[in-house]
Amino acid sequence: MLEQVLVAGFGGQGVLRIGQMIAYAGFAEGKEVTWAPSYGPEMRGGTANCSVVISDEEIGAAQVLEANSVIVMNLPSLHKFEDTVIPGGKLFINSSIIKEKSKRDDITVYYVDAQEKAEELGNSRGANMVILGAYAKATQTVTLESLYDLVKQTFTGDKAKFVDSNIACIKAGAEMV
Amino acid sequence: MAKKLMKGNEALAAAAIAAGATHFFGYPITPQSELIEYMAREMPKAGGCFLQAESEVAASYMVYGAGGAGARVITSTSSPGLALKQEGLTYMVAAQIPAVVINVSRGGPGLGNILPQQSDYFMCTRGGGNGDYYHPCFAPASVQECADLVTEAFDIADKYRMPVLILADGLIGQMMEPVEIKEATEKPIDKPWAADGGHVKRGEHNRINAMILPADGLEELNHVIQAKLKDYSENYVRYEAIDVEDADIVLVAYGTPSRACKNVLKKAKEEGLKFGLIRPISLYPFPKEAFDKINPNCKAIISVEQSCGQMIEDIRLSVLGKFPIKFFGRTGGNPIIPDAVYSYAKEVLGGKA
Repeated sequence: MLEQVLVAGFGGQGVLRIGQMIAYAGFAEGKEVTWAPSYGPEMRGGTANCSVVISDEEIGAAQVLEANSVIVMNLPSLHKFEDTVIPGGKLFINSSIIKEKSKRDDITVYYVDAQEKAEELGNSRGANMVILGAYAKATQTVTLESLYDLVKQTFTGDKAKFVDSNIACIKAGAEMV
Repeated sequence: MAKKLMKGNEALAAAAIAAGATHFFGYPITPQSELIEYMAREMPKAGGCFLQAESEVAASYMVYGAGGAGARVITSTSSPGLALKQEGLTYMVAAQIPAVVINVSRGGPGLGNILPQQSDYFMCTRGGGNGDYYHPCFAPASVQECADLVTEAFDIADKYRMPVLILADGLIGQMMEPVEIKEATEKPIDKPWAADGGHVKRGEHNRINAMILPADGLEELNHVIQAKLKDYSENYVRYEAIDVEDADIVLVAYGTPSRACKNVLKKAKEEGLKFGLIRPISLYPFPKEAFDKINPNCKAIISVEQSCGQMIEDIRLSVLGKFPIKFFGRTGGNPIIPDAVYSYAKEVLGGKA
């Protein structure tokens, strides 16, 4: 098993967090994982992306240049990374913000109304968790249970109140694909 | 300690504290920022000293001072910062001061950019300061190796009373991987030479000094330094060699490009081609012996570097004309793309490049 994922969007959309969640969940499931951010001269509101590789074997390159799956959270990211998906791969589009359709016909495209769904669930900052849930369900790379466990470990103490709303977003995303 | 996910920069810092480092001096620079941040947060908790210096030059002399007084001391920086630290490094070699120096390298020349690049190879392996010296230089290719090499670097530094350099490129510093930070197994050794006031009788004193005026005295010091390097070079050559014994093409790469080369090897195997890889872990001493294991009928060796070609000189010195040597490189912070290396290697194999 070798899953190479690229997650892209603008700063503040939780793009790096999506990648970290996939990596942490894969790690918890006993797989080899790498997570590598793009860390050029980025600015607030600028583009951000990260590469995640999950494998049963030793991982070579950590920068994903050909992806099994790509998650895009904004339009410039769709334009930049659409061609990175290998034929037969999967593309997840945050259709709340991206109104264009993918021009690829050799991949599976998932249009996830992530922002809309997150707001419907009362968690306006949870769009990244919605699309993460969709990704996990569609690719089966990591289980939803691993993601729920991570959310519980991440939000503790004063922040424990965020657990349920984040799990709700992941669950809702999974139901959308 | 159980395995956890950490950035290379964090692992370098965590391993240093676990290895008993008590002093950190540095000046912030991307892409090693997480290292100094980790030190600022964790070193005081461990009872050690974290101090942000006013410049890289100052930091390197704080290391000189702490190391001279016998402390386990570490500093970290990125490429242009290491250029500034070179003066301190040659002084540490002369005064025989142990220290660990980390370079999480970025793009150059000049201020360059903050993207990963390997164009500091010469500066890190040849000794960028004045005088006749080298110092050990290791290049990790994974987060685990970052941690393990730091642990070992402290022991080597203490054993030989030399600065030891770790050269990690920016991507190794920034990426997260599972890592286990091991507790130090060897106890820090006694340092009877240290200028700490505790090792000498009243009226005597230990001198930490980088200036020796008499010709014979300085020549003797140079012989001492060379003897240490000879002993070190015989004992600390590190490399990984994969499938070189029957390879038609051997790639040579360290750090991040070596990981791309592992993808290349996999693809070559799938397509029935015989590719091998030599991954130097010690850059000084360069693992010359690895090249003796190469298939005598190998068609070519390809140096794969994120630079304009620096390690290739050590490969030439190791091979001494036995095989044709080619080069594949990217610079400016651009990544080494496995498919591009593979296409180039196939051209070389077909005699077209």
